[in-house]
Amino acid sequence: MITLLYFARLREALGTGREELALPADVTTLGALRSHLAQRGDAWAKEMAGGRNLRAAVNQDVAMPDTPIKDGDEVAFFPPVTGG
Amino acid sequence: MSVRIHEQDFDVSAEMAAMRRGNPKIGAIASFVGVVRDINEGDSIATMTLEHYPGMTEKAITEIIDQARSRWEVLDALVIHRVGTLKPTDQIVLVIVASTHRGDAFAACEFIMDYLKTKAPFWKKEITPQGARWVDARVVDDRAAQRWEQGSKKGQ
Repeated sequence: MITLLYFARLREALGTGREELALPADVTTLGALRSHLAQRGDAWAKEMAGGRNLRAAVNQDVAMPDTPIKDGDEVAFFPPVTGG
Repeated sequence: MSVRIHEQDFDVSAEMAAMRRGNPKIGAIASFVGVVRDINEGDSIATMTLEHYPGMTEKAITEIIDQARSRWEVLDALVIHRVGTLKPTDQIVLVIVASTHRGDAFAACEFIMDYLKTKAPFWKKEITPQGARWVDARVVDDRAAQRWEQGSKKGQ
């Protein structure tokens, strides 16, 4: 299982801030995970689409599409940051 | 070095006094306070809600402070960022940097703030008369952070 976290506008659009997911065998990178989530359709398809400006972190470090994902990881998706 | 994320307000004077206390090497303290404005993108702001990613936010800011320490003489540094609901005139963020001399204190303080704006996971939602909206990331903030990239004039 991995833990998925969604923040800010993305959390509202998806209607959830956190879920546990059994990682499919063919999903081994962040990019593949994003495509997998997009296949849920509706808001997921729209928000996880390739053109959307989304940031991500794996185990609380900034991650890129080729960042590996493994069982037990905490993966977060969020919009560009706007603090300060 | 300290990073604190919380809802309650902070006292700049008390935080500076605490930093000075017991460290006679400090010769300069620079600080920055971010404040909630009443207008953004032409619309009046009633309140603003700040969200963060507990754990990663603290880690990201700690890494930014470590980068500042590798580039300038930083004797001590403190970042406080508020979350939750804030209104115009409220303080949002505090950066304090202590050094031996002012040059390093000023530069490290500005660097930490510029990097915080573009790299630390916080998100603002504004409540305006037209409704609630998430604030978009700004290109000017990206440019401010890019000035500090190694080799750029400002960062030297």
